[in-house]
Formats: sequence, structure tokens, C-alpha cells
Amino acid sequence: MSAPHSTSLTSLTLKGALDGLAARDFTSVELTQAHIEAIEAARPLNAFILETPDKALDMAAASDARRAAGTAGALDGAPLGIKDLFCTEGVRTTACSNILGNFIPQYESTVTANLWRDGAVMLGKLNLDQFAMGSSNETSAFGPVTNPWRGAGSDKALTPGGSSGGSAAAVAADLCLGATATDTGGSIRQPAAFTGTVGIKPTYGRCSRWGVVAFASSLDQAGPIAKTVEDAAILLTAMSGHDPKDSTSLDIPVPDFASFVGKSIKGLRIGVPKEYRVDGMPAEIEKLWADGIAWLKEAGCEIVEVSLPHTKYALPAYYIVAPAEASSNLARYDGMRYGLRADGANLTEVYENTRAEGFGDEVKRRILIGTYVLSAGYYDAYYLKALKVRRRIAEDFDKAWEQCDALLTPTAPSAAFGLGENSNDPIAMYLNDVFTVTTNLAGLPSMSVPAGLDSQGLPLGLQIIGRALDEGTVFSIAGALEKSAGFKTKAAKWW
Amino acid sequence: MAIDVATVRKVARLARIAEPEERLEALAQELNGIMTWIEQLAEVDTDGVEPLTSVVAAGAPLREDVVTMGGDAAIITANAPKSVGGFFVVPKVVE
Repeated sequence: MSAPHSTSLTSLTLKGALDGLAARDFTSVELTQAHIEAIEAARPLNAFILETPDKALDMAAASDARRAAGTAGALDGAPLGIKDLFCTEGVRTTACSNILGNFIPQYESTVTANLWRDGAVMLGKLNLDQFAMGSSNETSAFGPVTNPWRGAGSDKALTPGGSSGGSAAAVAADLCLGATATDTGGSIRQPAAFTGTVGIKPTYGRCSRWGVVAFASSLDQAGPIAKTVEDAAILLTAMSGHDPKDSTSLDIPVPDFASFVGKSIKGLRIGVPKEYRVDGMPAEIEKLWADGIAWLKEAGCEIVEVSLPHTKYALPAYYIVAPAEASSNLARYDGMRYGLRADGANLTEVYENTRAEGFGDEVKRRILIGTYVLSAGYYDAYYLKALKVRRRIAEDFDKAWEQCDALLTPTAPSAAFGLGENSNDPIAMYLNDVFTVTTNLAGLPSMSVPAGLDSQGLPLGLQIIGRALDEGTVFSIAGALEKSAGFKTKAAKWW
Repeated sequence: MAIDVATVRKVARLARIAEPEERLEALAQELNGIMTWIEQLAEVDTDGVEPLTSVVAAGAPLREDVVTMGGDAAIITANAPKSVGGFFVVPKVVE
């Protein structure tokens, strides 16, 4: 048998690859080797910060043996990329921060363990904003990821978004069949929108947080970035599930999410929140949104205008809650048990110098904000106030569900912007998450689907928001949008 | 509310992050910008609203009070900046 052409193997969807493996059209070793070569050729993107080709080929060979023995799992032989926020046993995990340095986990995160249980192959670790704090991948200690997409006739380097910039870029550039990601305020969905990929943040509690480097524990959720809606469903099914090691993990059955893709959405009521029509929104995004509404109408949905009156307060509330939790979570980096330890004249100086040297500027900024809003005299005015506003935001959604079954919004207020363009203005950067952050505060499932290109030829995404635990409906709507949008464009290869 | 240099110095100290004196003024301005933007939360009527701390409706699960893992000092200290014989080596704590 002659080896299949490697480009044809990397351009497969996850579903296509799994079908090909099952049909013995190619082996996992061949499939994995093709991706290893693609990753080597794509180093200018800086998506992978650690390549693990030997481990990948070992895992692929073991997968081929399982398939020969008739014991292949749901993801057997599929090469994936892992965001470097997931602890991987024996493989360096950094959260893209110098403070973790050369940290080698002695344990495996539950989400990645679930993927390996189902037979997946690990290609390596993916770049991200440091501790997942950022919207452009520029806060990474390994330097930013460059988006595989470029504007028409331009060679300007664009951000892939963040924090899961490496995951999104790697999937968009066909370096892996899918990737793990995490989302605290939009970190799966905004990068998916910026790179023409699909990303879902499930209901809070679907995926275990155990072994995922913590940022803001009440908001953090893992999810996949994938090439298609069906691929995202296959990955999320594998990643989800109850885990006694995470007390917020939901002890409920995991549906086969892929079974919802392709289902009729006739008769569903789709809410369009008027508060998401923000000032200064580019006309192209307005148009994309209108297209999405028209597609869903054609598919038999009823469109309902709804109001989420507290939307504009979601980001300011988030920038109290998330830094407060981060300042507490990141207190563990003290230079004693793992990671970097700097010199100092006494214990306090060792702590202070370690943290000054190890954390990047954005991480320090958020720790300082979090420490400030939790400090004596400010706790009620800021932290407690933000938690009350958070309740108001969740109630907005509860009221909307009386009128509709899901919501349709744009994913991000713009297409991918240039690297360096927003990095001197924290608030301008934070505004990237204006449409995504609300569902982290409310714990709801939400998904970005590529739906069109702007005038520069850059991808734009639409977001579907569902009721808690109703990922099924979200996948059905996403599948219908994917079909109507017919988004097939790939980034033209320049790397 | 304005955050001044003294407040930044205090907060940095609480957060155990060494910030050089010459950075404090710029940091104060930066944090002020962010906190001023956050101030708009004051517009929201939250009288009688319960703070939302967890979006998971279920209560905290309990488990048997037994050792599930542990007893392996080599694993625990594998990433320590300094360790000897299964112990972490830390700077002198008591003067």
C-alpha cells in the first residue's frame, strides 16, 4: 500500500479521519506523521510551544495495535493539540508563564485523560495568553501566535485571538484534527471566530477543571476548538463527564452530542438580544448577524427580539470577579514547592521577587486589581456588588428563556486585528469579550460558528447561546448555521 | 476612589509582588483607568439581590474522610526549586 499524500491527511476533518482509520484507508502512524510534518513546517505561527513527536508516534502505534485487536475507542488514532493550561503527566506544562518555568506535572488533567482513554494522540502543547489572561495571545511568555489568516493582499501579522490562540491557529492551519481549549470570558469562542474555526464553551460543570491551571474557578470551563460542528460535538462528548476530583463537576449523563448535529431546528424560537447591537459595531458584523437570522428563519425557526438589560455591566462585573478569583488562585505561586524561585534577603523578599520576575504584566495587573477589590474596606463596594450584578445578568437569561429556546449573537465585535494594535490599552482589549463574557457569568453553553468573511477576507463568527445543559439544541442550531453559511474557505498558506 | 501611589504600594505588598518605586505612578494611573470604568456598576440597582457565587445549583458533594492519595514525597517534591530527602528546602522563616 502506498502512503497517502500527507496534505490530504491533514486537511481531513476529525470525523473524516476517524472514518478513514476505521476503514483502514490509512494508519494512525501515517496520519500522525503527516501532522508532525505540518507542525514542523508551521513553526512561524508559534502555535505549538512544545512538540512531542516521539510521544505522538508511540501513542499512534499503540492506537494502530488497538484497532488491529478490535478494541479501538471513539477517538482512536486521532492526533490532537493540547492547550498548555492542561497538566499532562511527564510533559512540561507552563500556562505560558515564566513562573511555572519547567514544571513537569506528575499527574494528568481529567479532560486530557478522557481523551487518551478514548484513544486520541497528543501532538504537543499549544500557546496561550499567560494564565489564559488576554484576548490576543500577546501576553504569552513564549511570544504571540500569528493568525494563519491574513487580510486580502496584506502581509500584516494578525492575532488569532486569545486566550486559546494556539489552539485556534493550529486547527485553522490543519496542524491537528482538533484541540483542547478553555474559556473564562470568551477564550474559546473569540479565537474560533478570528480563525474560521468552531469552538464551544459548555455549561459550567460539564468538563472537569481538575488538572487545568486555575485562572478564575467559578468561570473557567474547558471545551474543544474544531474544524466542524460535528467534530466539536465528538470532542466535547469525550472531554465531558463527572469527576469526583472537581466538586463543581456535574454528576449527570453525557449525551452523544454529535447525535444533535443535523437535527431539524424547525419550530425553535431564537432570541435576538437588542442590547448586543453595540455602538460602533462594524456594518459587516451587523450584516452577518442579519444573515444568520435569515438562515434560521429559512430553517423554520421563529425569531424573537429579547432584552438582556444588564449586558453592558457584564464586562465590568467580570473584571472584578475574575481578578478577585485569580488573585486568590495565583497566591500558590510562591516559589517554594514548584516553579521559579528568585533570590531575596528574607522570605518575604523571596516571595515578592519570585512573583515580580515570574508573572507577566497583564497577570500582575489582574492580581493587583483582585487584591484591591478584596482588600479591607472595598470588599462590599466592589466584590459583593459584582456578585449581585452577576445575579442580575443570570436573571436576564432566565427571563429570556421564557420567550425563546436559544439566542443568536455575533461572537466578537470585530474580525482579527493586528498584533500590537490593542496591547497598550487594557480596556480596549477587554472589550473583545463584550458578547462572550455574559455566558461565563451565567454558566451557560455557548458556541461560535464561522459564518462569513469581512471585506478583507477575514473570518467572522456567530454565537449561539443555550439554556444550561442544553448543548444539544446549541449543536443542532450550529449545524444548521454551518450548512447555510457554507463556510469552506481556509487560510491561504504563507508559512 | 482614586488609587494613589501609596495604595498601589500597599496592594502590591499584600499581593507579594515587588514593584519598583518608579513603576508605582504609572501603575496607579493604569489601575485608576480600569477602576473608573468598573465604577459604572454603581448604576445597577442591586437592592435585595442575593450575590451569585456559584452557577452550579447542587450543594457541595461530600466524600468519605479517607486518604485517597499521598505518601509519595518523591512525586510531591519532583518540581521543587530545592529539596533534600523528600523535604522542601525553604528560606529561613523564623528569625
